[in-house]
Amino acid sequence: MALVLTEEQSMLRDSARGLISDKAPVSHLRHLRDSKDPTGFSKELWQSFAEMGFAGLLVPEEFGGSGLGFMEAGVLMEEIGRTLMPSPFLATSVVAASALNRGGNAAQKSEYLPKLASGSLLATLAIDEGAKHRPLQTSLQAVRAGNGFKLSGAKALVVDGHVADLFIVAARTSGSAGEREGLTLFLANPKAKGVSVERTIMVDAHNAARIELANVEVTADSVLGEVDQGAALLDGVLDIGRGAVAAEMVGLSDEVFGRTVEYLKNRKQFGKLIGEFQALQHRAAELYVDIEITRAATMKALQALDTDVAKAASAVAVAKARAGTTATRAVQEGVQMHGGMGMTDQFDIGFFMKRARVCEELFGDANYHTQQLALARGY
Amino acid sequence: MTDSQTSDSETADLETFRVETRAWLEANCPPEMRKPATSDADVFWGGRNAKFSSEPQRIWFERMRDKGWTVPDWPKQYGGGGLSAAEHKVLRAEMAKMGARPPLSSFGIWMLGPALLKYGNDAQKKEHLPKIAAGLIRWCQGYSEPNAGSDLASLQTRAESDGDDFVITGSKIWTSYANYADWIFCLVRTDPVAKKHDGISFILFDMTSKGVSTKPILLISGYSPFCETFFDGVRVPKSHVVGTVNRGWDVAKYLLQHERAMISGMGERGVGRPLGQIAADSVGSDTLGRLDDAMLRGQIASFDVDEAALAACAERAVDLAKAGQAHPAFSSAMKYYGTELNKRRYEILMSAGGVDALEWESERSRQGARPRAWLRTKANSIEGGTSEVMLGIVAKRILDLPGA
Repeated sequence: MALVLTEEQSMLRDSARGLISDKAPVSHLRHLRDSKDPTGFSKELWQSFAEMGFAGLLVPEEFGGSGLGFMEAGVLMEEIGRTLMPSPFLATSVVAASALNRGGNAAQKSEYLPKLASGSLLATLAIDEGAKHRPLQTSLQAVRAGNGFKLSGAKALVVDGHVADLFIVAARTSGSAGEREGLTLFLANPKAKGVSVERTIMVDAHNAARIELANVEVTADSVLGEVDQGAALLDGVLDIGRGAVAAEMVGLSDEVFGRTVEYLKNRKQFGKLIGEFQALQHRAAELYVDIEITRAATMKALQALDTDVAKAASAVAVAKARAGTTATRAVQEGVQMHGGMGMTDQFDIGFFMKRARVCEELFGDANYHTQQLALARGY
Repeated sequence: MTDSQTSDSETADLETFRVETRAWLEANCPPEMRKPATSDADVFWGGRNAKFSSEPQRIWFERMRDKGWTVPDWPKQYGGGGLSAAEHKVLRAEMAKMGARPPLSSFGIWMLGPALLKYGNDAQKKEHLPKIAAGLIRWCQGYSEPNAGSDLASLQTRAESDGDDFVITGSKIWTSYANYADWIFCLVRTDPVAKKHDGISFILFDMTSKGVSTKPILLISGYSPFCETFFDGVRVPKSHVVGTVNRGWDVAKYLLQHERAMISGMGERGVGRPLGQIAADSVGSDTLGRLDDAMLRGQIASFDVDEAALAACAERAVDLAKAGQAHPAFSSAMKYYGTELNKRRYEILMSAGGVDALEWESERSRQGARPRAWLRTKANSIEGGTSEVMLGIVAKRILDLPGA
């Protein structure tokens, strides 16, 4: 498979870009933030997304979806990154849809997947507990009770947690924090007794929540995949999320970079366009190279996810690590090269810097993924 | 026929090609040729005075030459393999998988050949390309001059018209292996009054011509891969000019793209054992089995991330070219990153080797192979255009930033 978009993927990109740039430019996010919108995203726009087949992009056709792949999901994420559109696409359509599709039994799939595809049900994965992403450190307890389980513990950075209709919760059914064995994924209703949800207004004005579970009862039917054997399923699903976030960061980096280069071509100081100064030209050129290399690494990861999720781990680690450092560099250069204007809230650049910081932490930062690669290579 | 049917049958053909290629390589590549060359002397360069360092090296070269696979993507009529871009990619991948080394290293293959295919006339192609493919003539490149390094177009070596000949006088510097080369492709000034890019011609001549002499330059690595080259009234027929007289800059630029692509490839030599394991062998491991130097381990891991990403980018560059979507200046971006990365690799290797990597003349160190290679890499970001020149090209040609 070539590392270039096919004609169909280019068409998908163009139609997504048309809709997103028209309906959700950065001013859309700014408005949601300033009006303290209780939902944090546009339901109307989400419905348009669903009608265009985007909400069910990864859902198989037999369940009402488009049955497309991760390359296509990446195409959409990149466009979302360009305008920072807040949307349930990542949590619901990419991560939760993949978890249900890969781990769900027949009953779970036919109950949830069509609703995800139609955009009528929002779902999210609740994984992190500490300040940093450490999936194996999961300690939220799931204790057998009668025919089901009782869940107790807390999760942080649950994307869309305050609007989700369904939680996919990583819990420990045996073993202790740090161990690979003993992890299990559960489907849980946010409205169930014992669940408390606190929306965390975050630096990037996107949706996230902390949730707490106190003896929340779930039935045996709520287990996604197999009891104690959730790590493999979780690895695959997290890698899918990581690939998608890397694509968002490529879009975000490319957009900030494009705006910065335009600025270099128009802003005059000392009687010259600042883009004439070699110091800035070389920094811009280095950043361009960084972004292109990261774009290729991200496409490689998405392609690997499409071919074989289980073998994609190293390609995903490379992509997420690169995307984190590249996006960080892109937003920092963006602010610096825009000078004082880059520091103002009135200017959009700061929004990209804030989102990049969140994307960097989401599903593991560059250090985490660099470490994963070293472990995979045995040193 | 729909597009998807076309691509399905293409995919099937490629798969057949892959299977056949793998089988042929398995049967024909001697085991000794399935590991990287250990030194410069272990690389086969061809030429009138060609020497094989071993019998397997000779066998491997001859088999590949007979198949046209010293230059797999050149037309068959010139001794090439006639492979499509997609087939060529498959061949490279299969060779990389088994660690098969290139059967022939040659500036004729990397640089002159592509330029001749595009700009050469029929007679020039028929005369030179088959000899390059068969490793009969070893070429060197006469570009840089003592006062025209990065500012290449300010070169002064002059070629004066004298009947059917040009008479060439001047000197070149950094001519790689000029002392071993049979022929040179050379930039000369044929119009001294035109604007500096407009008076240059691209010309070919035999290094045994009267008036040519060379002098090796000793480098910090202790080797002399480069030479100073002097021309004292060298007579060259005008028919040896490639392209149009005074339009040699077009040929030179085209050739430089190939040179840069070739040099950037030096950052991809990630075959063999992972750097982290090489380092663990000399530094040791901690109780968790991890490299017992956390900072070095981190440097290596972040190098590995960047190297894997660059490999993806190199793959994508080929795919973009195939799809007709490549930016012509992208090789400058790859050259910049690939060479900087290669320097990082050798800094890490030196650090990982510790005191063992400091030995210069000993059996144990294979005559200082590692420190000499480390020092050699420092030229990567200078030769073929410095990193700063590459960044300038990216800024102006790709990003369209204003000229100073």
